[in-house]
Amino acid sequence: MIAENAILTAIVVPLLGALLIALGGRFGPNIREAVTAITSISLIFVVWGMLPALIAGERPAVEVSQVLPGLSIAFKVEPLGMLFAALASGLWLINSIYSVGYMRGNKEKNQTRFYTCFALALSATMGVAFAGNLFTLFLFYELLTLSTYPLVSHKGDEATVKSARIYLGVLLSTSIGLFLPAIIWTYTAAGTGDFVSGGILAGKLSDTSVGLLLGLFVFGIGKAAVMPVHKWLPAAMVAPTPVSALLHAVAVVKAGVFAITKIIVYIFGVDFLFDSPNSGWLLYVAAFTIITASVVALRQTNIKRLLAYSTIAQLSYVVMAAAILKPLAEVGAAIHMVAHAFGKITLFFAAGAIYVAAKKTEVHQLRGIGRRMPWTMTAFTIGALSMIGVPPTAGFVSKWYILAGAFEANNLVAVFTIIASTVLNAAYFLPLIYMAWFEKEQEGAKEHGEAPFMAVFALCVTALLTLAFFLFNGPVIELESQVVKGLN
Amino acid sequence: MDLIAHLPALQVVIPMLSAPLMVLLQPRGLAWAGATVVALVSFAMAATLAIGVLNGLTPQYFMGGWPAPFGIALSVDAFSAVLLLIVTGASAGALLAAKPSVDQQVEEERQPLFYAAWMLAMAGLIGIVVAADAFNIFVFMEISSLASYILIAGGPDRRALPAVFKYLTMGTIGATFYLIGVGLIYMMTGTLNIEDMQNRIGDVTDINPILVAAGFITIGLALKAAVFPLHVWVPNAYTHAPHMVTVFLAACATKVSLYVLIKFDYLVFQSRLVDHDMQFALFLMPMAILGILIASAVAMFEGHLKRLLASSSIAQIGYILLCASFISTLGLSASVVHLFNHALAKGGLFLAVACLAYHYRDLRLDQLGGASTKMPWTCATVVICGLSLIGIPGTAGFISKWLLISASLQIGPWGWFLVAIILLSSLMAVAYVWRIIEALYFKAPVEGVGPQSEAPIQLLAVTMLVAALNLYFGFFPQVPLELATEAAGMLLEGAQ
Repeated sequence: MIAENAILTAIVVPLLGALLIALGGRFGPNIREAVTAITSISLIFVVWGMLPALIAGERPAVEVSQVLPGLSIAFKVEPLGMLFAALASGLWLINSIYSVGYMRGNKEKNQTRFYTCFALALSATMGVAFAGNLFTLFLFYELLTLSTYPLVSHKGDEATVKSARIYLGVLLSTSIGLFLPAIIWTYTAAGTGDFVSGGILAGKLSDTSVGLLLGLFVFGIGKAAVMPVHKWLPAAMVAPTPVSALLHAVAVVKAGVFAITKIIVYIFGVDFLFDSPNSGWLLYVAAFTIITASVVALRQTNIKRLLAYSTIAQLSYVVMAAAILKPLAEVGAAIHMVAHAFGKITLFFAAGAIYVAAKKTEVHQLRGIGRRMPWTMTAFTIGALSMIGVPPTAGFVSKWYILAGAFEANNLVAVFTIIASTVLNAAYFLPLIYMAWFEKEQEGAKEHGEAPFMAVFALCVTALLTLAFFLFNGPVIELESQVVKGLN
Repeated sequence: MDLIAHLPALQVVIPMLSAPLMVLLQPRGLAWAGATVVALVSFAMAATLAIGVLNGLTPQYFMGGWPAPFGIALSVDAFSAVLLLIVTGASAGALLAAKPSVDQQVEEERQPLFYAAWMLAMAGLIGIVVAADAFNIFVFMEISSLASYILIAGGPDRRALPAVFKYLTMGTIGATFYLIGVGLIYMMTGTLNIEDMQNRIGDVTDINPILVAAGFITIGLALKAAVFPLHVWVPNAYTHAPHMVTVFLAACATKVSLYVLIKFDYLVFQSRLVDHDMQFALFLMPMAILGILIASAVAMFEGHLKRLLASSSIAQIGYILLCASFISTLGLSASVVHLFNHALAKGGLFLAVACLAYHYRDLRLDQLGGASTKMPWTCATVVICGLSLIGIPGTAGFISKWLLISASLQIGPWGWFLVAIILLSSLMAVAYVWRIIEALYFKAPVEGVGPQSEAPIQLLAVTMLVAALNLYFGFFPQVPLELATEAAGMLLEGAQ
């Protein structure tokens, strides 16, 4: 019963937080940000408190209401969702600390709205993570899109509104146009949309339909940014950096790949999909996205856009790992969500810190910045190494698992893609790092030091997490192995 | 028990008799108060009837005690209960909020007449819904139409006059067509009572007049219901009417005609005419599809807020008709639920328009800049009702969209094509709703235009209540759904 209540609490806490933040905004920024911090700490307690029960093998579930016959709002905690929720809630706290430094350092307007929407987005994220069926997942998926829209359009000028339009347009049109029919199709075919171990669709669809339905799901979940529905992610970079960091490197995009993984594991069923001849294309689409996005990233001159394309590639790692349809690779998919989250949030934090301290946004402006901002750039370097997959960083662990899965399945396409993209990653991150540390700054450049303390503190923490995950990943792997127990 | 048997009659009689009383309530604000009380009483009666229907009753009332085929009968079933809720609910909601807006738009000495017309319009619409015979439906249709012409022309906008003239012309043609059809049926069967008609049409040997009647009635009612391409009277009438009248009429007027259309086609014609399902479905489905697509496209490029919403209404009528043309239980329940949900969404949006119009003279989208900072609550209700119109999960609109798509999938491979159309038009809805939201939230305010404060609390409170209902019925749609399922069962049973 306690765990059942905890699920609902995890969704209600940020919601309540949003309300209090909106009210707290009237009493000044300190109160408001204190409320944010308290909310995120409470959320961590609630979410992480569910871990012991889960590791012990329990699967708490709760049904809130039956909307239509057979269609209910229900939640269920399972390892994948737990990992996602734990990750998002934990990083929210760090991100809130960072936000204080960033938003104040930048003297941004409408900060109350910013923190309110952020809390709302986290509530939606928890809903996505703990959704017990497709309908509930869809409900919170849409809520996540809508609650992040004001964050993306935060600045409110014409260019921003235009980008936000792309953001919303792509995400809503894919979800309504493809995801929704896929869900209704699933309900019609299987009579249910519950997430069940081993899937619910086995034997209920013809081979052609399986391929088609998978396509509707993969491209309908635009948040996973599988090409060609990736355009919204670079567009979303107009948002303040904390939004890019937590939402567009962790919560929103991970909600996408998480949903795809969950659908592959719990709706189709890994074994069923493996035996289906029409599911192989997903791997190629993901591989294509990885390579193409990496090549595009090579040519980016804006730091945040470069990171966005890198995210697109890294997201497809998860999709590709899930599409290998082998136990080790599924574990790799789950771990990569964590590994990428630590690394990418660090990179975004660093990019934001550079913007606050030096107002620099372009890659070529980074010459010699390492000497002025040593902490920031050290963290940036660690994050970049993790993206490439160099030990001792988190990125190495997940790549290891995905590669192991690829070999297990004898899937040379996946192996080749991983190798090629590692080279490409190195090709766009290493020159940047070299430039920052070893090249000379332009004459007469602006004098500046590090960003505000709160921001630097946050990015150092995430950089440390990136390193720590290399050493202490045991519990996560153990937990995620439960997902694929009993598969071959 | 006793009382509920009288409710179908009281439901019509009370607003109708209150209309002349309104004229006597000359002192300031009294007419409004009287009308609001009557509307609330009507709503309470409608709710009682709906509960009665849910408990298995079918309240009937025979005027003067004359039994059904001879006297005038009034009856309420699940389908009419939904419509009663919509009509009285829209009227009560609009009137509750109306005072500030009407005070602004209608001169004080004409207000009693205005509210008298409102009562007549409401009585007429209720009458159409409860009347059990075809001729009385016509009579009530005329009452409601004439009253609504007055209402639409009652505002300060002189452009309403040509709009009303167009509406009057089209409406009269529609009503005449309907009357011709009813006359033909009367000629062949000798009865006007719908239930009786149902039984007697089977005995008619020469079916051609009935076929012609079906054509006249369908077209006539389609005209009144603003089914594409017979909708041309709608945009101007909605745009130039006083804002509160738009709320009332947009939420229920065309839906009542749709109700009669569906009732006639299912109960009277469906079972008696060979191939009627084909004639009905194949005739209405293409119009519905075209209406959905074209009206949505028009809305996407419309620059005037009220006109945009009016176009969207035409598209939504297409949805209702599309589902009705499937001739299946799920399709009909989707239709009925969408009648209800669309009334909520559009009613809420037009209420919000009334809030905005309290401060903005000009409701073109490019004039609305800066609304979000001064009128945050109004804008929030626009967002919620807009999401409901799109069909985002968690809002009432999603429920009907889900049913719509499920119903389409039931009809086989064709269904996928329809699903594609429904989804495409949902995306178009995203586009036009977002144009409104961007205008409210991101446009720079135009110099010298714009609000200094929120809309009056009376107006705003009702608007927010309707927005909240949009959310409530998104999570707990049981009541409308149950009524709709029962209505669908009833209609299909009649069609057997």
